[in-house]
Amino acid sequence: MSAMPASEAVAAPVHTRPMVEVRAVSKVYPSGVEALTSISLDCPEGGLTTLLGPSGCGKTTLLKIIAGLIPATGGEVRVNGQVVTGPGPERSFVFQDFALLPWASVLRNAAFGLELRGVPRSEREAIAEQYIAKVGLKGFEHRFPHELSGGMRQRVGLARALAVSADVILMDEPFSAVDEQTRRKFQEDLLELIANERKTFVFVTHSIEEAVYISNRIVLLSRRPSTVSEVIDVELPRGSPEEIRRHPVYLDTIETIWRGLKHYLD
Amino acid sequence: MQLFGRRLPAMSALLIWAVLWEILGQSGVTIILPPLSAIFGRLGELAVNESFWNALALTARTYAVGVGIAIGAGVPIGLLMGRITLLDRLLLPWVNTFISAPLTALVPVIMALFGFGETTIVLTVVLFAIWIIILDSRAGARSVSTSLVEMALVFGATRLQTFTKIFALAALPEILTGIRLGLIRAVKGVIIGQLLVSVVGFGHLFEIYSSHFLMEHMWALLLVLFALAFAIDEVLSYLERRVEYFAGSRQ
Amino acid sequence: MMIAPAPGRIPGARRTTCEPNSAENAMRQKAEMIETVTRTPAGELKSPSLSNLLQHPLSFRLLSLVLVLSAWELAGRVPISPTFPTFLETLSATLEMIGEGSLQSALLVTVVPLVIGVAVSAVIGVLIGVVMGLDTRAEWLGVPVFIVLQAAPLAALIPLLVLAYGIGLATKVLIVCIMAMPVIVLNSFKAIRHAPVSLVDMGRAFLGTRRQLIAKIILPSAAPVIFAGLRLGTAAGFVGAILAELLVTPTGIGDIITYNQSIAEYPRMYGAIATVIVLSVCCVESLEWAERRFFRPEKRGQA
Repeated sequence: MSAMPASEAVAAPVHTRPMVEVRAVSKVYPSGVEALTSISLDCPEGGLTTLLGPSGCGKTTLLKIIAGLIPATGGEVRVNGQVVTGPGPERSFVFQDFALLPWASVLRNAAFGLELRGVPRSEREAIAEQYIAKVGLKGFEHRFPHELSGGMRQRVGLARALAVSADVILMDEPFSAVDEQTRRKFQEDLLELIANERKTFVFVTHSIEEAVYISNRIVLLSRRPSTVSEVIDVELPRGSPEEIRRHPVYLDTIETIWRGLKHYLD
Repeated sequence: MQLFGRRLPAMSALLIWAVLWEILGQSGVTIILPPLSAIFGRLGELAVNESFWNALALTARTYAVGVGIAIGAGVPIGLLMGRITLLDRLLLPWVNTFISAPLTALVPVIMALFGFGETTIVLTVVLFAIWIIILDSRAGARSVSTSLVEMALVFGATRLQTFTKIFALAALPEILTGIRLGLIRAVKGVIIGQLLVSVVGFGHLFEIYSSHFLMEHMWALLLVLFALAFAIDEVLSYLERRVEYFAGSRQ
Repeated sequence: MMIAPAPGRIPGARRTTCEPNSAENAMRQKAEMIETVTRTPAGELKSPSLSNLLQHPLSFRLLSLVLVLSAWELAGRVPISPTFPTFLETLSATLEMIGEGSLQSALLVTVVPLVIGVAVSAVIGVLIGVVMGLDTRAEWLGVPVFIVLQAAPLAALIPLLVLAYGIGLATKVLIVCIMAMPVIVLNSFKAIRHAPVSLVDMGRAFLGTRRQLIAKIILPSAAPVIFAGLRLGTAAGFVGAILAELLVTPTGIGDIITYNQSIAEYPRMYGAIATVIVLSVCCVESLEWAERRFFRPEKRGQA
């Protein structure tokens, strides 16, 4: 495990050019509230980068800026070399509150991203069905969101995000609205998914364990107005979920982060 | 809405509509729409007219009494309905029915029972206002968080204390919404009551004006009533906003 | 019944997320929304054990109905007033009128302009409200007018209209429209304004065009409140139709009511009134049924 102070964080390259580059991004709301101050970070391609920090709006704001849903007040974001000016086909989003259309079936919801792009119906339903099966919801295609549990609804959200074949998947505290057991299962499933799909993930959470368990890189954000306080590259050994969760490296990393974050809780 | 870079105040569009009215009125396109300026002129006449002030006094009296009864009866009934399921199941279908029923049709009944006087108008006001007050008070009672009630019990509150100190206050935002909507409906009630009874108050004035085709007078009267209704609504909205402020922390 | 808090915004307008105390637009939406809250009540008092037998909601409705009708019957027999007939007297008078056919033809005269008026108000009103919700200039221009109209006792305009234009079909339709439109417009406007921000964001994230966002997300999510507006508009339309008949020139049901009142035939008068109220309730209920059936598949299973 290597922890780099913020000033060196950007300088160290990973493999090739990072998929997502954030350069000196700041965000000030019209009311004068300053959410982000000169944030710079990189997300390596093919891995999962987590934005971790205390409760407040900074991390989700940054994620939405990367997604192109909110404009930054200063600085720029590049995804795959292109400057971000709005939402784009190479990025997709998983929402904290699932954002499913309550009047549409699971199938329609999962296919919604494709529907908005004008993909013909039979084609998009076939693709959606594939991904519905991939997230473990086969058989539920014609149910409605209100018939599903929180965990199942989020799986639909994930299927929708995967179905559009984006290069970058942005996930905004996707597992915070489900119970602990489901959450753990999700984390394990997510690791499997990452191994199989060649995509870059950017993840927001406030759970340290979750961050250490699933990430390749953790970016610690300070309290509002947020800056990058630390960047940690995580190298956990292979193993079963139980082995990993008890491995010294895993536990030490959590402890280090926790000590660092403690400052900001008071 | 911005014009030349400055934000326009909220109701400024009404000025445009006022100008439009004036133009239409001057053009004489329809007999029922006299020019706004002429109507304003008549306001002065109204102000010195004794029957206008009598009618206003009557309206104010019956409105106040009616609203008082509606609130005094409606809020407790609603709160109780929110707490006692048996009562709720019995009364709710009726409340829901009467909320959207044409209560106007019941005014002849009241007239038949209570005659052509102020009592009928008071009861009409009560009839129009009470249902939404009951419904919203009930909603307020139901939205009181369980933990608040449990907290009160843990600290030894009696039933009465829980009711007055916790419920009534915690449900206050919804109660105020209900009262505000009830008061708007009460305005319609007091007018409709007077129109139907037609031998007292504004109903009487309307009768006189309309039978003599004094359109400008009628509109002047209408504008006064509209303005009063609007003013009441604004005052209550303001009060509601003040109470909503603390309600935000309830999430 | 609650006025919903912070309004959502349409993409393209300035957005604020996660702002502390986000400043609301000074224009207060004054449309009424009627919802029967179905959350569990807090702090229930112990119900008497008899009620445990009658847990089924339908039996409660029947019980409630029976109680009220019995009270009516008793009150009529006391009698609380010579002008107050019993329930049974009213019922038989109503059946008589149905037998004569007078009730039906009167209802027809009253209901036809009502249906036309509500249909016209619905189409035009929803259109205006949606446009106001989607376009800030239309909102600035239109909302003040409709707020004033909604708070105002429009009923006072009715004598004016009837005197100027008579009591023909056109006038009645106009009256119904005037009474129904403000609430329909304001509800539609509010429904659009309160489109769930989360869903609109999701649509933007997945590259929806503005047209797609409106058609696939905003309008469907606005449907319940628009329908609530239609129900309220229908109720208001009923009031308009009846008032026109009671106030000025008796025709239709209004005629039956005033005529029987004048000759002290109270059972018939009450019967006509009860019929009108029942009819109004049925109309509103059927609108709700239509909404559930055609627009909200996810609500079909629910009570």
